Amino acid sequence: MKQSILRGTLLSSLALFGAAMAAAPARAGEITFWTWRQEDRAAYTELFNAFTKANPDIHVKFESFAPENYNTIMSTALAGGRGGDVLQSRAYGGLEQVAKAGYLLPLDPATVPELANFPAEALSAETLRADKKVYAIPFASQTLGIFVNNDVFAKAGVKPPETWDQLIAVSKTLKEKGITPIANGTATAWMDEVFAGIFTNPMLGPDFVADILAGKATFEDKRYTAALAKLLELRDYMPQGQTGIDYPTAQQLFLSGRAAMFAGGSFEISNFRKQNPKINMDFIAPPAPTEGAPRYVAKFYDGGYAVNAKSPNQADAVKLVRYMGTKEYGDKFAALLGNISPIKGVVLEDPLLAKVAKLNEVSMPYIMAVYFRYETPTGSELIQNGVQKMMGGTVSPEQVGIDVTQGISRYNAAFQKK
Amino acid sequence: MTGGRQRALWILFLLAPAAITMSVFVVYPLVAAFRFSFYTFNGLRVADFVGLENFIDVLARPPYRAATFAALWHNVIVFLALLIVQNGVAYLIAYALLKALPGHRIHQVIVFLPVVLSAVIVGFLWKLFYHPLFGVVNQALLLVGVNGPPWLGDADTALGSIIFVNAWHWLGFPALIFLAGMQRIPLETMEAARLDGANDAVLLTRIIWPLVAPSATIVFILTFIGSFNWFELPYIMAGLSGAPGGATDVLGLYFYRTAFGTVSSGLQDFGHGSALAVLMFLFIAAFSAVALRVLRRREIEL
Repeated sequence: MKQSILRGTLLSSLALFGAAMAAAPARAGEITFWTWRQEDRAAYTELFNAFTKANPDIHVKFESFAPENYNTIMSTALAGGRGGDVLQSRAYGGLEQVAKAGYLLPLDPATVPELANFPAEALSAETLRADKKVYAIPFASQTLGIFVNNDVFAKAGVKPPETWDQLIAVSKTLKEKGITPIANGTATAWMDEVFAGIFTNPMLGPDFVADILAGKATFEDKRYTAALAKLLELRDYMPQGQTGIDYPTAQQLFLSGRAAMFAGGSFEISNFRKQNPKINMDFIAPPAPTEGAPRYVAKFYDGGYAVNAKSPNQADAVKLVRYMGTKEYGDKFAALLGNISPIKGVVLEDPLLAKVAKLNEVSMPYIMAVYFRYETPTGSELIQNGVQKMMGGTVSPEQVGIDVTQGISRYNAAFQKK
Repeated sequence: MTGGRQRALWILFLLAPAAITMSVFVVYPLVAAFRFSFYTFNGLRVADFVGLENFIDVLARPPYRAATFAALWHNVIVFLALLIVQNGVAYLIAYALLKALPGHRIHQVIVFLPVVLSAVIVGFLWKLFYHPLFGVVNQALLLVGVNGPPWLGDADTALGSIIFVNAWHWLGFPALIFLAGMQRIPLETMEAARLDGANDAVLLTRIIWPLVAPSATIVFILTFIGSFNWFELPYIMAGLSGAPGGATDVLGLYFYRTAFGTVSSGLQDFGHGSALAVLMFLFIAAFSAVALRVLRRREIEL
């Protein structure tokens, strides 16, 4: 494994060089902002300019790193006492890894009164479980649902489905007309969790989540395995060779109109529009199990803005983070980046984003990401693997339930007794 | 005296760049990985010394054990398949090239050409070739009326498909080594065998094979190291999770996943990751050393 060790070390040393470079030219009144979102540079430049207008003595420098190595680079830099002054960080378990090591400054409502602008569940995504302190200002909530290509639906003469039976009926019609009903495949592991999260949520309902958290049920529960089993019905309406269809292919099938629906997250909206500005799409909640039953969308928080605990410009960094918690920032953020800011009172002028926000009123947590991404093996990796195998036909839904429960029981005492 | 000292200093000076580069980029990471493998991590910070716990975890305790051995088993399959298929075909190609048939020079180039491509390019290229909707493999099969499977998506075909790509990519390398070995065999030996009535099959198995033993040793050892360090192709073609459902998981992917985590599912755990890396290093080093010794013994001088 010499090569991989070498690779890791090269990355780390690159990170340190990067950190050193970043630290070196820091002029008085300049702070750096670290992110994994290179594609958002223009938007952030605009946001930071607005900040500098209000705080003329503070300039913000934007620095981005490859998403897949961001955590490694950030943690290496932080371990060396360097790194950006303000750091974009993940939520839940991803935040905990960095915060637990003491690299981030806890945000106190006394010094950051803007924390009051956020709903409690948004703050809990950026709270360390051990000390109950908030470590980052949440930047966006994401909603999982179904993208619908309106033009394709109109052409086929069908309406977006509201119940499971309608979904199957609509899919049958689309398929007869030579259109792939659902664009998703199962080759990309993380998309399997998204796919399962979307379609199973309305069948599970908040009661199931409450039972799981209270230790009254495990993932072997009939409600859960029955919901997983329903996913198998969708295989007929996914692209041919769906086990070999990866995430980018699914996106392209939907964007090109070859497929009518795409199960995915609200984070796709701006990307989809960029790739096909002419697309006439809608975002709908997953179908209800029976007519009139609530159609829960899955919701989670993406991440937040944190302050480096060892930043030499901490006062300025806190000022920036406070600004990032204001309604003014939230409005701009939503308009520029096409994402839903969790800040209370933010106005969403984009009709599709406004629709997503409306769907959030009937939502459930994205179970594995919100509750079981703190320890190894994470609920996410277990369900991703399980659903991928189940959709490939090598294991049964019941077996997936057993595997997931067994994996999580390693750190969840409530699952061990059962 | 001073001359000798100056000379020593001069040698030291010349060695320094290489020695420093090696220590910083090879020796230091190795030592660091050894150290990390004895510690737990609190988030991303080194926490407690735990002795051999990490090693026992990855070898003997759930959930690591099952993944470790599943990955190791896949590495074994990769090694055996490459050893027999890739190197076997390479051996035959080398013999065909040795015969210097018309056009053998151009064929030599063609066979070696994929070797110079980067694994990233080869991986992406073949991922497209295998694509269930647009891939040339299935479209070609469709022409003869066969509905091809989603090669990389089917648990039964995924690993084999990636192994095939590896063989396609690297075929030229063992072929060239074997060819060089065959060209070193004295012509009179071959002619004598021919006069005694040896046909191609006899020549290949009884005469050439023992005489290219040094080449075979190199090819065997390199195939072994390559198979157990396998990372690039499965990473590009199957992803970090060893899709579908771990059917293509190998030690390299498992190590990377454990140590560095993945964005949307796994956490970083340098302790267990380093333990895996150290075990892989020890296993490869030990097996290579033994294999080298055994294989060297069968090499003969003419």
